[in-house]
Amino acid sequence: MSTAALMKYEDALAKYDPVLGLEVHVELNTRTKMFCGCINEFGGEPNTHTCPVCLGLPGSLPVVNEKAVESAIRIGLALNCKIAEWCRFARKNYFYPDVPKNYQISQYDEPIAYDGHVDVEVDGQTYRIEIERAHMEEDAGKSLHIGGATGRIQGADHSAMDYNRAGTPLIEIVTKPIEGTGDKAPQVARAYVAMLRDLVKALDVSDARMEQGSVRCDANVSLRPIGREEYGLRTETKNVNSLRSIERALTYEITRQAALLDAGEKVHQETRHFHELDGSTSSGRSKEQAEDYRYFPEPDLVPVAPSREWVEQLRTTLPEPPAQRRKRLLADWGFSDLEMRDVVSAGAVDLIEETVAAGAPAQAARKWWMGELSRKANDAGVELESVGMTPAQVAELQGLVDGKTINDKLARQVIEHVLAGQGGPAEVVEARGLAVVSDDGALSEAVDAAIAANPDVADKIRDGKLAAAGALIGAVMKQMRGQADAGRVRELILEKLG
Amino acid sequence: MALSREEVAALGRLARIELSTEELEHLAPQLDQILEHVARVSEVAAADIQPTSHPLPLSNVFRADEVRECLTAEQALSGAPAVEDGRFRVPRILGESA
Repeated sequence: MSTAALMKYEDALAKYDPVLGLEVHVELNTRTKMFCGCINEFGGEPNTHTCPVCLGLPGSLPVVNEKAVESAIRIGLALNCKIAEWCRFARKNYFYPDVPKNYQISQYDEPIAYDGHVDVEVDGQTYRIEIERAHMEEDAGKSLHIGGATGRIQGADHSAMDYNRAGTPLIEIVTKPIEGTGDKAPQVARAYVAMLRDLVKALDVSDARMEQGSVRCDANVSLRPIGREEYGLRTETKNVNSLRSIERALTYEITRQAALLDAGEKVHQETRHFHELDGSTSSGRSKEQAEDYRYFPEPDLVPVAPSREWVEQLRTTLPEPPAQRRKRLLADWGFSDLEMRDVVSAGAVDLIEETVAAGAPAQAARKWWMGELSRKANDAGVELESVGMTPAQVAELQGLVDGKTINDKLARQVIEHVLAGQGGPAEVVEARGLAVVSDDGALSEAVDAAIAANPDVADKIRDGKLAAAGALIGAVMKQMRGQADAGRVRELILEKLG
Repeated sequence: MALSREEVAALGRLARIELSTEELEHLAPQLDQILEHVARVSEVAAADIQPTSHPLPLSNVFRADEVRECLTAEQALSGAPAVEDGRFRVPRILGESA
């Protein structure tokens, strides 16, 4: 998809210092849209969640959703921002059919929250991310491009618009330039977006589902020769919609820009599109002329002036800050720092917490989520939480293992069936007859058969070489199709040959 | 302070309003006059005077987060010049060169 020259990542970072800027859009989970009472719900038949306000029909007037303002303030507070005493909405004017009014209601120079910071951790090192602002706005509708290749806007004959999403409350969170992350830049960006996702979920202000676009990231990056102060020209890769893609897109841009600079060429200041297939980016709109959106204060809305009492009351509703929570869970769960770090970067903290709450030991919960289930999620290319097994089901599975109904090997088979949608672990065990055999009669027969089939091994065990028992246990397990209680099999072998 | 005809033409382009040369000649001085007038108001408004943002002396006009009935797709699309599969059909967005 791309023919751009790339520099090796290590070489690029040896010469250039990346500077990041991240814009994250969070869709709020309010019941209704930002400025009208239409239901705020993902999907739906096209144009069934609209009204004259979100369709931009003449004579309709917006009214601000109080809950959305509350969510904006809580996000601002959680990001250690100042909350404006007085701020306004503004019209951002542009002509594109996904905004039916020909302007988006946003905030311009008076964001509701500003000057914050958060810390993220990558490989044991803490990076402080300064937050420039968090402002309120409305989402656009969805366009279907028809007649071009693979639904792209380029080459399309015409487009078809669904305005169900138009007017969905959005909070845009913008960082100050992030400097000094060196070769960790893509990982820091990923960790920051993961942290934001977890934060808005903990605040319960968003569904925080990246695969449905409820958290989206525009990633800006520029390079400057190491040691130089002034920033280079930047590119903005739009709508990067998974944590993995953020890391890939930035890695790609760094190696592409480095190759350009090294060849004495200029980086074009432009927006770029990310391609999931090969991890490349391609040129979009040129930003050489600064865009002129003719912002002006929204005349249809009066200012928002949150009282300090309200702000302080909302401050008391904030969840435990992520770093503090991690420390508490680390102590509760008894994980090593390394184990905890992996759990955090895999986005498995909530899943393990819920699994433990459902009754599983922490180490067992970690083993399933970070092992088998992470592999399955990776193979399927989905986030861990969407893998198809709930924390309650994982706890149920571990309960079956602890109760010796199944062993680890059978548990992995059970996972396959649960992921295939065949019911919960107990149901699957029941329906498939996957329970471990620990009935001595059946096991004893199998052990006798294994001894008879492997006389050399049996002799070794008789001579005291107990390590050889493994071969016989393997033979029994094979015969019992993995459904034998391995501990009991070992005991029987030693009894018979001891 | 004078607003040039080029600037007015650029504003027209941004607003998708086609302006003939005659209209530019006519409108540019008028817009310029309005700006001059506003500038004079700012001269007398001292720092103790808050910028007027809205004719209504109100703030925090909010709506409770309660769902209201939506239009049906048929109603929503009833004024659309063209419809395709329950969606508003719109002309090609990018020009040939894009």
